[in-house]
Amino acid sequence: MDRPIRVLVAKPGLDGHDRGAKVIARALRDAGMEVIYTGLRQTPEQIVQTAIQEDVDVIGLSILSGAHNHLFPKVVKLLKEEGIDDVLVIGGGVIPDEDIPKLKEAGIEAIFTPGTSTKDVIEYIKDNIKR
Amino acid sequence: MNIKERLLNGDKRACARLITMLENDDEKAISIIKELYKYTGNAYVIGITGAPGSGKSTLTDKLAKEFRKKGKKIGILAVDPTSPFTGGAILGDRIRMNDLTLDKGIFIRSMGTRGSLGGISKATWGAVKILDIFGMDYIFIETVGVGQSEVDIVKLADTVLMVMVPNLGDDIQAIKAGIMEIADVFAVNKADLDGADKTKLEIEMNLDLNQQMDYRPPVVKVSASRNENIGELVEKLIEHRKYLEETGKLQERRKENAKLEIIKLAEEELLNLIINKSLEDNLLDNLAEGILSKEVDPYTAKDRIINLINQRRG
Repeated sequence: MDRPIRVLVAKPGLDGHDRGAKVIARALRDAGMEVIYTGLRQTPEQIVQTAIQEDVDVIGLSILSGAHNHLFPKVVKLLKEEGIDDVLVIGGGVIPDEDIPKLKEAGIEAIFTPGTSTKDVIEYIKDNIKR
Repeated sequence: MNIKERLLNGDKRACARLITMLENDDEKAISIIKELYKYTGNAYVIGITGAPGSGKSTLTDKLAKEFRKKGKKIGILAVDPTSPFTGGAILGDRIRMNDLTLDKGIFIRSMGTRGSLGGISKATWGAVKILDIFGMDYIFIETVGVGQSEVDIVKLADTVLMVMVPNLGDDIQAIKAGIMEIADVFAVNKADLDGADKTKLEIEMNLDLNQQMDYRPPVVKVSASRNENIGELVEKLIEHRKYLEETGKLQERRKENAKLEIIKLAEEELLNLIINKSLEDNLLDNLAEGILSKEVDPYTAKDRIINLINQRRG
């Protein structure tokens, strides 16, 4: 593929820890992707509007506050309401194993927990984008 | 509805997708712009440029809010640098504009430079047309953080706003050629810092040396992060627009820029032609070897490639 993959890296909710999101953003940049980085404390509504305007292939959500069960599915739900079905939604952060099946069911297609190598994230994105 | 109708109907997804297609050199985007070109010309384009970290994004955010109060619809194109090594980019201008995301009268798009060196990307020209057709009243283009000579914005904008900050060098910087010459309005941002008055004075003194100006770029102290004096800056931007409109200079400027755009587009296509020709039969590689072994010099090598293109045409 000769066009750069566009990825929105977003931090929904109220936690202020963006080191992980920045490391991922930097790794995706080095993999030749265009990373739209929006910073801390995004609402699901802001994330979906940004994804629309930026026409991204991927939304990467990072959360460390524990609110993932609420905020991740909300983003997917809003995307559906907008009729968007060609954006890959993935998540990362401190997420207990027992929450992962429910999140996947809700439409978050992959969850990356602490210790994931950035290479795995890059490969997953390249293999799974929808257009 | 097809993408053309959706764009004309103000569908943000259609607008966003067209910009993507254009960035990826998709011929379909070009043909759509050709068809809808008659709908352009309503938007007024303001270029916002300045050094990295001078506060362009924060100021763009505040300006957009001020223009929204006047009921204007705003398109924002925010350009950040693409890596020359990987083609990747971190597009981070939206961090300062999060409040604008949910405003239905605002459309923000981040763009990587993708190899362009003039402060904006090749696709920025087309993206402005798309936002214009989309119905925006004002289009702000935030350039990459510039140094001294990235002046492409002047070829695309109706008004150029130069964002300066205190303490970035002595008064010689203000009289250097290049970027200081393209401003229609100066903002001295971070005016709460020491040295803002001195920076303003240096810019003013430099402007005093210009002979016979019928328009003198105003210099406005602002603090974008504290939202101070943004109203005055907006007034100065609107005054510049009025000046251009009333003197007929807007048409002149747009005509001049149209000429430059035609040349730029032709240049891009010719460059592709040259590159493609040079790569045929390993020509470029062979010529480079020849230069190293002194069988040929760079000027003769260039002639060989140009001759090949001329032959094909003749």
